[in-house]
Order: sequence, then structure tokens, then C-alpha cells
Amino acid sequence: MEVEAARFIGAGLASIALVGAGIGIGTIFGNYLSGALRNPSAAKGQFANLLLGFALAEATGLFGLVIAFIILFG
Amino acid sequence: MASEQAGGHGAEGAGAHGPMHQFEIERHLPLEIFGIDASFTNSSLFMVIAALGVSAFFLMSTSGRSLVPGRLQSLAEISYEFVANMVRENVGTAGMKYFPFVFTLFIFILACNMLGMIPYTFTVTSHIIVTFAMALVVFIGVTIVGFAKHGIGFLKFFVPSGVPAILLPLLVVIEVISYLTRPISLSVRLFANMMAGHTMLKVFGGFVVALGAAGIAPLAFMVAFTGLEFLVAFLQAYVFAILTCIYLNDAINMH
Repeated sequence: MEVEAARFIGAGLASIALVGAGIGIGTIFGNYLSGALRNPSAAKGQFANLLLGFALAEATGLFGLVIAFIILFG
Repeated sequence: MASEQAGGHGAEGAGAHGPMHQFEIERHLPLEIFGIDASFTNSSLFMVIAALGVSAFFLMSTSGRSLVPGRLQSLAEISYEFVANMVRENVGTAGMKYFPFVFTLFIFILACNMLGMIPYTFTVTSHIIVTFAMALVVFIGVTIVGFAKHGIGFLKFFVPSGVPAILLPLLVVIEVISYLTRPISLSVRLFANMMAGHTMLKVFGGFVVALGAAGIAPLAFMVAFTGLEFLVAFLQAYVFAILTCIYLNDAINMH
């Protein structure tokens, strides 16, 4: 296989890591909403944790994206 | 954003107008000290702008010091209260000693991230070496605080309590490794978010140009995405600061 083609395939494979980020972000916001609708008074206090969880989940997917960029441009 | 649209031709590589072009370092004042390249680059320029801008803002807003704050002063007070609450809730009052450090870190990263959102500017935090240096300072500082406070007893931090003895050797190794990867995850999180966001804006900017009249669809997406990028710029500064607080809490209160 040509090296150039292999690089593109590898970068594409590395981007699959973002699937996990999507699932994680969906889980966090979905669970926050369902919790907030059950107990709206407690929702405001957990907003900081929501943002923290969102950022942490998003970052794990972006690690994979960085690998893809390193493969493509590194 | 105009800068992202200018000359973007999609993901064609790191050429003159590729999506990675915006991250290139340019030397403004070449300078070499003892064989170390210490040139004044566009990265240093924007760090200086961020530091000076923040200093000017806080000096100006607190010079009046009226009892009923005006617009500028209340903005400064809100940012102070925001970080002070963050430190107090996560570390406790014992951690307020380190409030100036966390506050500086948060405001500097926030200023750098927000400065990068202006078209044609350089995003300092989109380079791993900048974020890694900050994360390393946090990591080394927190470790020193831990050993200064608990002495050799800080090593107990790596031994989880209430675990069967047979599992301990494995868990201690895992704890040590997870402790050592903290600066890496802390720095890569900030750097990856900033770089990925700016690259995506540029790539979609290329779509707008390439599609002509139909480019209105990616343009609308870009407007929404720019809003998301502002949120991410704030959020990553917040996460960096709050994780610093959490690490400080581990060092001061030991779980």
C-alpha cells in the first residue's frame, strides 16, 4: 500500500475516537436534563459539574483528533 | 469569521493557506541567547498583549474602588468572586493561599483563548508547548505543596484505602501512573480543544468559498460554531483552573 494512502486511512481511523466523545457528551447532557426535570431545584447547583463533565468527555475524543492531525500534518 | 474564510481551500495540507497555516510561528525579533533561540515571535507578542490587556483592565477597574461598583469594577469583582468561590468550594479555606495563582492562571488562559477568537490573531494556547509549560508548573507546584504539607506521608496518597492487600501492588502502580499523566492530560486537553476548533472553523470557511451561492449553509453553521467556540474558549480556561483546584485539594487534604 502506498504510504500516502495509508496515512489518510490511519487519520480516518484515528478520528473514530470522536464517536466516544459524542456518546459521552450525549450521555452527560441527557442525564443532566432528565435529572433536572425530576428535580429542577437541584439543577442549578450541578451546572458547574455539567460543564466540567462536558469538557472532560469532549477532550478524550479530541485526543484522537490530535493523533489524526499528527498523522496528516506531522 | 473573516480570517478563517480568507484563502481556505479545505484540508489540503499545511501549505501557505492550509488549515494549519494559522498556527505557524513567525519570528518578529530574531534573538539568540547562549545558543537558545529566544526570538520574539507572534506567540510571545500575543502573550504580552494578553498579559498587558488583563493588567490594564484590572488596574483601571479597581482604581476607583467605589462602594457601589460601576460597570468595569463589577466585571472585575464578578471574575474575582467566580474564581474565589471555585477555590473555596474545591479546596476549602486552606486553599485560599493559592488563590492568586489559580486566578492568574484562569484569567491568562481566558484572555489568550478569547484573543485567539478575533480574526487574524494568533492563539497562544493552540501550541502544546505553551499549555504543557503551564501544566508542568501546576504539577510540580502541587507536588511540592503536597510534600511540604505532609512530608513523606504524602506518599500515602498513592495507596488507596479499603482495598484488599493482594490488589495493592497493582493499584499503587496505577495510581502513580495516573498521577504522572496529569500534566499531559491537562495540557493536551486545552491545546487539542483550541487547535481542533480553529482548524474546523478554517476548513468550513473553505467550504463557504468553494460552494459559491450554496455556501450560505456552511456559513450559517460557522456562525453557530463560532458561538460554540467562544463557549469552549471559556470552558477550557474554567476546566484548567478547576482541575488545578482539584489537584491542589488532593495535595492539601489528601482525598
